Amino acid sequence: MTFDVVIVGAGIVGAACADEFAQAGLRVAVIEAGQIGGGATAAGMGHITVMDDSEAQFALTNLSQQLWRALADELPPDTEYIECGTMWVAADDEEMDEVRRKQAFYQQRGLPAEVLDAKALAEAEPNLRAGLAGGLRVPQDGVTYPPCGARFFIERAQSRGAEVFLGKPVVELTGKGARLNDGTFIAAGLTVNATGSWAPELTPGVNVQKRKGHLVITDRYPNFVRHQLIELGYLKSAHSISTDSVAFNAQPRKTGQILIGSSRQYSSNPVATAPGSVPTDKQSSNPVATALGSVPTDKQIDQPILTRMIDRAIEYMPRLAKLSVLRTWTGFRAATPDKLPLIGKSAIENLYLATGHEGLGITTSLGTAKLLADQVLKRTPKIPIEPYLPLRSMQEDGHA
Amino acid sequence: MPETVSLQINDQTVTVPTGSMVSTAVAAAGEQTFRRSVTGEARAPLCGMGICFECRVTINGQAHSRSCQIPASDGQHVVTDCGLRIADCGLDAAEVPKFQILNPKSQILIIGAGPAGIAAAIRAAESGKQVCVIDDNPVPASPGGQIWRADQAQPSSPEAREWFARLRQVNVQFIHGARIFAQPETGCLLAETVDGSCELRFEKLILATGARERFVPFPGWTLPGVTGAGGLQALAKSGWPVAGKRIVVAGSGPLLMAVAAYLKKRGAEVLLIAEQAGWNRLLRFGVALLGQPSKIAQAIGLKKQLAGVPYLPGCWPIAAKGDGKLEAVTMRRGDKTWEVECDYLACGFYLVPNTELAGLLGCEVSGGAVTVNDFQQTSLSNVFCAGEATGIGGLELSLVEGQIAGLAAAGREDEAQGLFAERAKQLRFAEALNQTFALREELKTLPTAETLICRCEDVSFERLQRQTSWREAKLQTRCGMGPCQGRICGAATDFLFGWGMESIRPPVFPARLENLTR
Repeated sequence: MTFDVVIVGAGIVGAACADEFAQAGLRVAVIEAGQIGGGATAAGMGHITVMDDSEAQFALTNLSQQLWRALADELPPDTEYIECGTMWVAADDEEMDEVRRKQAFYQQRGLPAEVLDAKALAEAEPNLRAGLAGGLRVPQDGVTYPPCGARFFIERAQSRGAEVFLGKPVVELTGKGARLNDGTFIAAGLTVNATGSWAPELTPGVNVQKRKGHLVITDRYPNFVRHQLIELGYLKSAHSISTDSVAFNAQPRKTGQILIGSSRQYSSNPVATAPGSVPTDKQSSNPVATALGSVPTDKQIDQPILTRMIDRAIEYMPRLAKLSVLRTWTGFRAATPDKLPLIGKSAIENLYLATGHEGLGITTSLGTAKLLADQVLKRTPKIPIEPYLPLRSMQEDGHA
Repeated sequence: MPETVSLQINDQTVTVPTGSMVSTAVAAAGEQTFRRSVTGEARAPLCGMGICFECRVTINGQAHSRSCQIPASDGQHVVTDCGLRIADCGLDAAEVPKFQILNPKSQILIIGAGPAGIAAAIRAAESGKQVCVIDDNPVPASPGGQIWRADQAQPSSPEAREWFARLRQVNVQFIHGARIFAQPETGCLLAETVDGSCELRFEKLILATGARERFVPFPGWTLPGVTGAGGLQALAKSGWPVAGKRIVVAGSGPLLMAVAAYLKKRGAEVLLIAEQAGWNRLLRFGVALLGQPSKIAQAIGLKKQLAGVPYLPGCWPIAAKGDGKLEAVTMRRGDKTWEVECDYLACGFYLVPNTELAGLLGCEVSGGAVTVNDFQQTSLSNVFCAGEATGIGGLELSLVEGQIAGLAAAGREDEAQGLFAERAKQLRFAEALNQTFALREELKTLPTAETLICRCEDVSFERLQRQTSWREAKLQTRCGMGPCQGRICGAATDFLFGWGMESIRPPVFPARLENLTR
């Protein structure tokens, strides 16, 4: 079997890349150890949010948000895409200053954003606690249900000739192809490692770390939360890349359910597996790997951080306290030192990376696919690609 | 205490006997639709024991309240068929004490007050241990589980009379109306009550979590009026009006006859009992019963009570019909199909062990049942399990397993050993039981493409046919992702597709957000 491109990983990033390459007429194979969208794609919140921690982060998230909006009419209902907007919530005057700075930043770059005073915020989100200072509404942001989004991209790629291998762990990945655990070698002109936080296990040296997160989902309470709500205290707490933190983040799902986050932890990296071995901690369809009693402890709920996260949410939205919770779970973001993803050539010839998306993988999956295909097909990208090139990160790492 | 309570159901005031559940009051008000499903179907109670979440209504502003588990009280305001108005109902509730430790002195904590739990409690307490029993039944001081529900005052069998009498002789703490949802640390469990929460401590734990009914989906099974067999019995025991109603009892297992007899006693017109197992299997089972005179007596007793009610082996429902509620059932037996007009179809296809809590604690679960050794000890040395959760085996097996667990947990292994022979005998009976009432393959063909399998998320059979595993079904269709957490559809998809369940995480039962913050 020979393909133009072999993509390892059918999370939303790998799926979007497969769709993009297939659309460009390349012969594509996607190989996935578990099922479509079963890793961080299943565990994450599914927000489509423009961010401004850096110019490069803005450029990629803004491009991606536009791509999602352009795709909205084609998305099947089960992807549950809604353009609910983001509401950045300011608790005090200092955070209101940040609201105004952020609005200016977005507006200068053509992204609509509206400042709300305390009264307007209370009207827009009546279940927030009284006494907040105001907020910034970014109306074009949205949310989606990512596992079905990943499936949609995979199915679209398949309709354009892509082949998909599910439940097939890759044990060796080079620029020439991928070897499966049954010994099969799938050859390709180039390969893409899109395995999220598991990328270093296939491509040693890739500088991404697992950053654990907790989430909670409630039963259906339609209209209780109207926008994706993010506290601006988030900027203070989530900036750190080395300490555990929580922030108030609540999201309305199309179902009426409320998704409540967020937490970030570095302290729970799983035991490293031997080079070339099959990842054992990845969520997979393998019943042995997920059978009771063999769940790795690092996927467990950490009660102290869950408590902090929920307390923070109830502090901002007291009436959440009485809502019925259906599930809690954890997942692993693929975090890079400079908080930008790795998109492009690795140190290995013809092996490309599409990973390191931290908490923005759903948003930036579409922009990632475009930028990766632009590099491979020598197309002119819409935004500068240099900030995301993987080798920038590896060089920095060499100095660290 | 006054004999009745008055509450408001939507716009009308209803008076029901004290001790009735809210579900009874809703039925008494003549409301057919308790809730709207996510695709807009009318729904009403199915399981009668608080796990299916079909009985949800809004009570005093609290949306998603399970009406079959909340006692009716004066002045309650109940809104049914809430649909998308949920968020407007208001959610401001009074502050309640959180995580009080209710059993600070307990050495042995027993989960479940059915026969296995009662037997375990008695033997452990007789051995001088401090024992606490917790049960989710909301009715105060009413141990008995599903089988002896509301039986304490007037026991329905000599066994019940004997065990309740023995229970009165020992000092056991009972906590009712509390459902465990998490284990924040070893030796500690958290439970939620109607309006609060509590913490429970233990040195040794005995799980006697029982079983639930297995439901096999067929067209129309989501209509109000289609209930579990044990489900309708449980509802009737908390006052649900069945007198004068025309009822078809169907499914599989000895429970069907007991349910039919109970409903008849309560004035219902039981039209027929349809048992999916065929005559040949039932006859073989009859031979196995010969070694158990008490069970024959029980069967003969039931047969007498059911004089005039047809009992049809090899017969099952293939469709339920009605406009917003059940009006008729189509039955099949051999090549023959016919329609029966009725008000209720009480339908349960045998039982499934409740293993979720054991799974949460980390006990080994295999083949759908909790794994135990000779002393009823699970893979965790301080956790024991007895009764249906270790595999379906009936009342007598539950009683003997409960006793062994109680004795072993109290450190009296020698005495426990004396019961091994009796248990071995009951296990042989259990095997015969499970073989007799194993579900026939034809039942897998009952769902049509549109038949909903997951009732919480309204996922159709057709959508599930495209999935390859339980996890994929969850991710791509939301099957099992609603409030019942797969307790209803999980057993159905296990039967239909052979999908095993996966890991269990807290909360093992839906809980209020504030209670996850200990």
